[in-house]
Amino acid sequence: MQREGSALHGLGVVILKELSDHVTSIRMRVLEWLVVLFGMLAVFNAIQQVKETTAEDPFLFLKLFTTAPDSFPFSFVTFLMILVPLVSIGMAFDSINGEHNRRTLSRILSQPIYRDALLFGKFLAGLFTLSVSLVALWLLVIGLGLFVLGLPPSGEELARAFIFLFITIAYAGVWLALAMLFSIVFRSGATAVLTSLGLWLFLTLIWPSLSKFVVEAFWPSNDNETILLASQFFSRLSPATMYGEVVVAILNPTTRTLGLIYLSQLQGAVLGAPMALGESLIIAWPQIVGLIASTILLFVAGYVIFQRQEVRA
Amino acid sequence: MSADKVIEAQGLTKRYEEATVVKGISFSVAKGEIFGLLGPNGAGKTTTILMLLGLSDISDGQARVLGFDPVREPLAVKRRVGYLPDQVGFYDNLSASDNLRYTARLMGLEREEREQKIAESLDHVGLHDVADRPVDTFSRGMRQRLGLAEILMKDAQIAILDEPTSGLDPQATAELLQIIRNLKDRGVSVLLSSHLLDRVQSICDRVALFNQGNIALLGTVAELGRQVLGIGYYVDVEAEGPGIVEKLKAVPGVKLVETPAANRMRIYAESDVRSDAAAAVVAAGGRLLRLSVETPSLDQIYNRYFENVMGGRHAA
Repeated sequence: MQREGSALHGLGVVILKELSDHVTSIRMRVLEWLVVLFGMLAVFNAIQQVKETTAEDPFLFLKLFTTAPDSFPFSFVTFLMILVPLVSIGMAFDSINGEHNRRTLSRILSQPIYRDALLFGKFLAGLFTLSVSLVALWLLVIGLGLFVLGLPPSGEELARAFIFLFITIAYAGVWLALAMLFSIVFRSGATAVLTSLGLWLFLTLIWPSLSKFVVEAFWPSNDNETILLASQFFSRLSPATMYGEVVVAILNPTTRTLGLIYLSQLQGAVLGAPMALGESLIIAWPQIVGLIASTILLFVAGYVIFQRQEVRA
Repeated sequence: MSADKVIEAQGLTKRYEEATVVKGISFSVAKGEIFGLLGPNGAGKTTTILMLLGLSDISDGQARVLGFDPVREPLAVKRRVGYLPDQVGFYDNLSASDNLRYTARLMGLEREEREQKIAESLDHVGLHDVADRPVDTFSRGMRQRLGLAEILMKDAQIAILDEPTSGLDPQATAELLQIIRNLKDRGVSVLLSSHLLDRVQSICDRVALFNQGNIALLGTVAELGRQVLGIGYYVDVEAEGPGIVEKLKAVPGVKLVETPAANRMRIYAESDVRSDAAAAVVAAGGRLLRLSVETPSLDQIYNRYFENVMGGRHAA
């Protein structure tokens, strides 16, 4: 059955409203300061480390993102891996159930717009806010690197750093879509935020190590290779694992593979020699696609549920 | 459909997996009329409203709002119909005018028209002085009025109001009803739902009485009164003595005798049976303490209608 008019009519209005909500909300400001402070801490630590240990490295600048001192094993990337989901969840956990509970949903939907516009608008505004924050943070780190190291990044380093930024935004999108899905499924904001945070802790901290036990318990095999491959497959169900792998491939140009290394792959290889940017991208491609696909899948799931939901409180 | 009908529903049905909440109702609202959907909570009033707005799927039957099908052309319907939900909510951190500004943008009003209409409509509902105050400082009555301001701003041809007066104090109710009357004077057709008949009977031209997903009674307030009054008067008797209830039941014209408390009886009868009832009490050797007859108001008709329905079900 054909509906009259565009499904996205009013999208721009919703995006602007949501953006202004995000920008002015105290919640967002707290989360941003949290990220900036932790990010800066990580970068300063990295700078200390880089200054002390690394003599010559063609990708010195990228070390800013990945290096962490032994005493404090959190690099900038690790911080993002942990804090970006927190910010995403903090932004989206009450996006739909909040409208329900404030009893604004039926009033807004009685205006000449479809539900599509409301949901898309909320998601895009969230993603845009996250992107702006991440770009600002990224520029801050680059600027700090230039200032303190006194060394300009090469073109390839900039390109790799830029891809890293893009992937971080995609990673944020996964958690944004997940939190939004829970905000549709659960009528209570507290339930939605606890479920999101629980899943975040589980997928980020527990699942990567748990996946090996799952494989050993359910598909016992004497073949180490099978077990390793299977557990790697399972651990990649976590967006944090995927993000971590992409970041390693992109920011550490010497990475040759994200899985097992076979002897055949080492034949003729110059160990420690960096890969070209294109090759690094190919190594990380499945994970990049996986992150974007997860975002789309989670959003679609929320979209379908939202379309069928009753609007009455 | 005829030109003067702004809302027409034919066999409108809403089924959920577990229950049917609206069971094939038909009614129409004429242009410029105030039409009341009355009935207890859970009778299907809000569901009917949501189906008319295209906010809920229609399981069976069809609806026409200003000639548009709410299922296929929801935007056309929603552009022309203003809706005040039950316990309307606003964004508490935004001011009254900012809340209206957001919906005005969703309606697609241009800036100049928007600002002019926001000012006008806030003025009309008496919220002009608090236009820039955040809504979380507003009372329930002010929120309802802000909701009506939104409908005014929209220049809606139909206003659908769900329980507009519930939870309001008498003065706020009176103010709100006055604004609704003003809507009618502007030529706006009004469909409103309520479970508080006495509050809205004064403004409704016609009402439909909902019961468990069906329209039990439908007509003008006067017609409805006659229809239900025809069933009977009720006479309250307070008397002491044994066997009085049986004697009262035997009085000609008495349909039902209830005993809400000890020594208190309520007689449902076709006519005023006070004298016969008094005679029956005396004949039974009882002491008559009080005797009164009530001419039911619409509120009582409504209550009695449901008492009758419930009484019928208890008997069965």
